[in-house]
Amino acid sequence: MTTMEKPLTAMLQPGGIPLDVTGYERAGGYQALRKALTMTPEAIIGEVKRSKLRGRGGGGFATGRKWEAVPTGADAPRQRYLVVNADEMEPGSFKDRLLLEQTPHQMIESVIISAFAIQADIAYIFVRAEYVLALGRLARAVAEAQAHGYVGTNILGSGFALTIHVHASGGRYICGESSAMLTALEGRRPIPRSRPPRSAQSGLWGKPSVVNNVETLCNVPHIIERGADWFLSLSRGADGGTKLYGLSGRVKRPGLWELPLGTSLNEILEEHAGGMQAGYECRAVLPGGASTAFVMAADFDVAMDFTSVQKVGSSLGTGNIMALDDRRCPIGMLRNLEHFFAQESCGWCTPCRDGLPWVERILAAIEAGEGEPEDLETLAHHVAFLSSDGTFCDLAPGAMAPLGSALKHFRAEFEQHIKEKCCPWHDTAETWA
Amino acid sequence: MSTAEQDRKDAPLDAALRQEIAALAQHAEYKRAAGTDALKLVQKRFGFVSDQHLAEVAALLEMTPAELDSVATFYNLIFRRPVGRHVILLCDSVACWVMGEAAARNHLCARLGVNLGETTQDGRFTLLPIVCLGHCDHAPAMMVDEDQHGDLDAARLDAILEGYR
Repeated sequence: MTTMEKPLTAMLQPGGIPLDVTGYERAGGYQALRKALTMTPEAIIGEVKRSKLRGRGGGGFATGRKWEAVPTGADAPRQRYLVVNADEMEPGSFKDRLLLEQTPHQMIESVIISAFAIQADIAYIFVRAEYVLALGRLARAVAEAQAHGYVGTNILGSGFALTIHVHASGGRYICGESSAMLTALEGRRPIPRSRPPRSAQSGLWGKPSVVNNVETLCNVPHIIERGADWFLSLSRGADGGTKLYGLSGRVKRPGLWELPLGTSLNEILEEHAGGMQAGYECRAVLPGGASTAFVMAADFDVAMDFTSVQKVGSSLGTGNIMALDDRRCPIGMLRNLEHFFAQESCGWCTPCRDGLPWVERILAAIEAGEGEPEDLETLAHHVAFLSSDGTFCDLAPGAMAPLGSALKHFRAEFEQHIKEKCCPWHDTAETWA
Repeated sequence: MSTAEQDRKDAPLDAALRQEIAALAQHAEYKRAAGTDALKLVQKRFGFVSDQHLAEVAALLEMTPAELDSVATFYNLIFRRPVGRHVILLCDSVACWVMGEAAARNHLCARLGVNLGETTQDGRFTLLPIVCLGHCDHAPAMMVDEDQHGDLDAARLDAILEGYR
């Protein structure tokens, strides 16, 4: 590693006030757009494919391949849509918020280039309603970009036309699921859609659509400006780029850091977050949100990239890490996680709608000292059943990731609760520290 | 709620608001796509979306009330029942749980004399749980109306509540 470049956060300003359009231009902004408009859409997609940019929202799908699936050419259907998934609601994740609030023009430039690559006519930025600051700043950035000729008809004289809408959600986790997001934008009850067809063929209002995460897209101008080889060189792993890693829990300095993709969990925990607070020990982490399996302390040397985290039985997810310390009950943490999933299930698929509340009830009973030995079999059965492809979307499989890993790694704690008929952590369950 | 206030909340949408909603519908590619935005406009004015207002909005968007209600009731942030002057959204997701969400909840419930989902006697606050607010590096966290508050403890909670009359 010869350089320590941080393209996504290079333009952050002290105090967090974002650059306006002229400030962003002065700092080199919208140069990548100028370059992109001299390229063909195919060349842009080719460069993004070579950069090995993978989705930063949790799925990890190759961005270039997603774009490639959109039918283009004279007889391809119109309109075509680009939708930015700015509905950051994965518990423990707060990275997209930083980019939306503090680099809105980087977001807009990313949208324009990406829309050009798939020849989209209309782009939506789908933002969770609680991100009030982000919504205001994005709306202002769109207006400024329009006034400067970056958005509208005949962008910078290229002939390319794009409209950008900033949409505030009504608030529901499932809207972050890409097909549910499209349904939400159509003004319907946002339940995920069965596939096929894929959104790239038939998405918003039945037209070709691509949904990409905020952080994913914000990499695109930098890839176009500096090339795929440069982007690959930023990473310590096989896939390209940096990653906005976050860490929350009882660490000395909770926060967000842009680091090379593949930085080790240990380095993030010890160097960047400053290690655990005095008197706390980190037993395990959820490496990338509520939908990722526990990574135990023995595996903290894992590189936080897509393939390495899978090798230790979990997934990179959003790369925003949550630490479980020794003063909190793992069963209580699970009960909290499954409560979240049960609440936020859209209710369409029966296994998810009925299974998740059942799981939550069992966990609550175990935590209250009312668990039975056979409860563990019932939980294991749910993990097997809900992780399979019996549901339209990944909410239920995601919900089973922490539970499945906990049944393995926290077996002794489960059994202790059931045997002793109480929670060993019961006197810390409702304390501040 | 006083009778006068009740009357106001049940009054038909005025011409200006109807026009705003019609403009939203015009701008959308299909009218129904403006549903969430339209419901939020109504909520901004009246605090919540009453049955009558829901039916009026549905008519403007060429939907049945049931269709629009299936959208309205789906969302965490569309209120179909009256709420207090200020709405507290207390994050109950896992990053906050680790950092003392239960203590924050107990403190708020005791101070306000309500359970989650309830409004104080004086109509000042409604206390609701919300999923992860993306403020995890300052957990435990909450929002009051459109303001975000983090690093909550008992003293800070008391001070924050004082700021909302």
